[in-house]
Amino acid sequence: MKTLKLGLLRGRMEIKVFMRGRESVVFTLLFPVILLFIFGSVFKNTIAPGVTFSQYFVAGMIASGLVNTGFQQLAITIPMEREFGTLKRLRGRPISVSAYFIGKAYLITFLMILQTALLLGFGVALFGLEMPTSSSKWLTFTWLIVLGSACSTVLGIAFSVVPKSGRGASAVVSPIVIILQFFSGVFFVFSELPTWMQQFAAIFPLKWLTQGMRSVFLPESFATQEVAANWELGRTAIILVVWLIAGLFLAIKTFKWSEE
Amino acid sequence: MTISTSSEFAIEINGLTKNYGDKFAVAGIDLTVSKGEIFALLGPNGAGKTTTVEILEGFRNLSSGEIKVLGFDPATKGEAGRSWRNKIGIVLQSTTDAADLTVQETVEHFSHYYKNPRDVDEVIDEVGLREKAKEFARNLSGGQRRRLDVALGIIGSPELLFLDEPTTGFDPEARRAFWDLLNKLRSEGTTIFLTTHYLDEAEALADRVGVIANGKIIEIAPPATLGNRANAPARITWLENGKIQEIESINPTAEVQKLMSRLSGEIPQLQIIRPNLEDIYLRMIGENR
Repeated sequence: MKTLKLGLLRGRMEIKVFMRGRESVVFTLLFPVILLFIFGSVFKNTIAPGVTFSQYFVAGMIASGLVNTGFQQLAITIPMEREFGTLKRLRGRPISVSAYFIGKAYLITFLMILQTALLLGFGVALFGLEMPTSSSKWLTFTWLIVLGSACSTVLGIAFSVVPKSGRGASAVVSPIVIILQFFSGVFFVFSELPTWMQQFAAIFPLKWLTQGMRSVFLPESFATQEVAANWELGRTAIILVVWLIAGLFLAIKTFKWSEE
Repeated sequence: MTISTSSEFAIEINGLTKNYGDKFAVAGIDLTVSKGEIFALLGPNGAGKTTTVEILEGFRNLSSGEIKVLGFDPATKGEAGRSWRNKIGIVLQSTTDAADLTVQETVEHFSHYYKNPRDVDEVIDEVGLREKAKEFARNLSGGQRRRLDVALGIIGSPELLFLDEPTTGFDPEARRAFWDLLNKLRSEGTTIFLTTHYLDEAEALADRVGVIANGKIIEIAPPATLGNRANAPARITWLENGKIQEIESINPTAEVQKLMSRLSGEIPQLQIIRPNLEDIYLRMIGENR
């Protein structure tokens, strides 16, 4: 009970700190929105009957927004908190590590909702994105967001032990995210990528999230354009759950309070 | 010898060692600190001060030995560890994080972690940050930042407060104010364990001082008697034949009497200098290089 209360208290504090940091707001929250404007405005070509690249891109961008706010944000900020002693100071207090994680999850949930709403809003208003009409599509959208953000969060915490220093974290993490975005069909149409790239991307959750989001936002007829000629939602769910469990296990096993 | 379970001691250390490979950072320490005492650990950089303190704080594991802090093993995890931490205040050697939170917000936030927090405004007043209460932590100077650390160390009304070089970066006025604060905490029954580089600080505050070098305690004594200071020779200087004369003596009064009769009356520029804590300390450290 105390843990949950402290976790929520930390979450509210983390949101306050996040929103006050100009860099974090611009690079984490607004960067996908900025990319949406650039790519959406440049590539207006039609890639299939009734489907423009802008629509394709927005669907992928909503998926990769989950990676930006969860994985990228945590894998960069946790090493900094470790280096600057924030975590060490916390460890000397009557607060459990779970409360710290609940605080992070609270922040990430807030950011994901905000970012998804922004991307959806601009996508619909400017780039011809159509909101799903059936309840089954909304259901798919919801479980993709929930599983995708949970996956992204635990993997971000697990990956936070990889950067050697807080200052260098961004240089390690950002390229990985950008390469994954290129390979997973965010910036290009996935089915047009080289096969080895597709197969590599299929190991990681982002490819499955983007495909899932396309099933929500693109017409049903587009499914035949996918590599498997199918949205593969069942397989997507399984792969995300596997990553979630693996990530959770790694996050708990490898988490450390300080660098020593 | 085993550690007693009686409650008169805040800290009990028995045969503590900490080694990294074949290098011993702490090479066998025995020490007890009574409840309500201010104990200062003095020593050069790398002597093992911070390692010792961080083991007592539960941040590092010991290699061998036995310790009890408020009757409890600091390495204990879980709920029991958290109730113990509720009674402990920690000011780390340096924290450089400076979140986008104001002094007021930071102290307020941390107060929620504790069962019996002190009053937030009172703590801000006590560490002298009233005028900076609305300032972001990242805009504070080094000394102000340190005072915020101290505020966060005492916000939980700790029974035992650890201070690792607390006044680094303080101006003399802030240091005096800080000493007053520690004396006030002591009068309220708080036990204080501090490490410091400043010998005047140890002398002004500590009931007892422990000198540590190469991971071992050289001596533990009240500042006035450390290193046989009370019986150490005093230096006597005076002006005679147009030159400053100097002798050392363990009986300075007798020497002055002799001088008085020889020089008949006022002794020009007479000074009797007792070795200060710094002289004693430097001698002890020098002997243990």
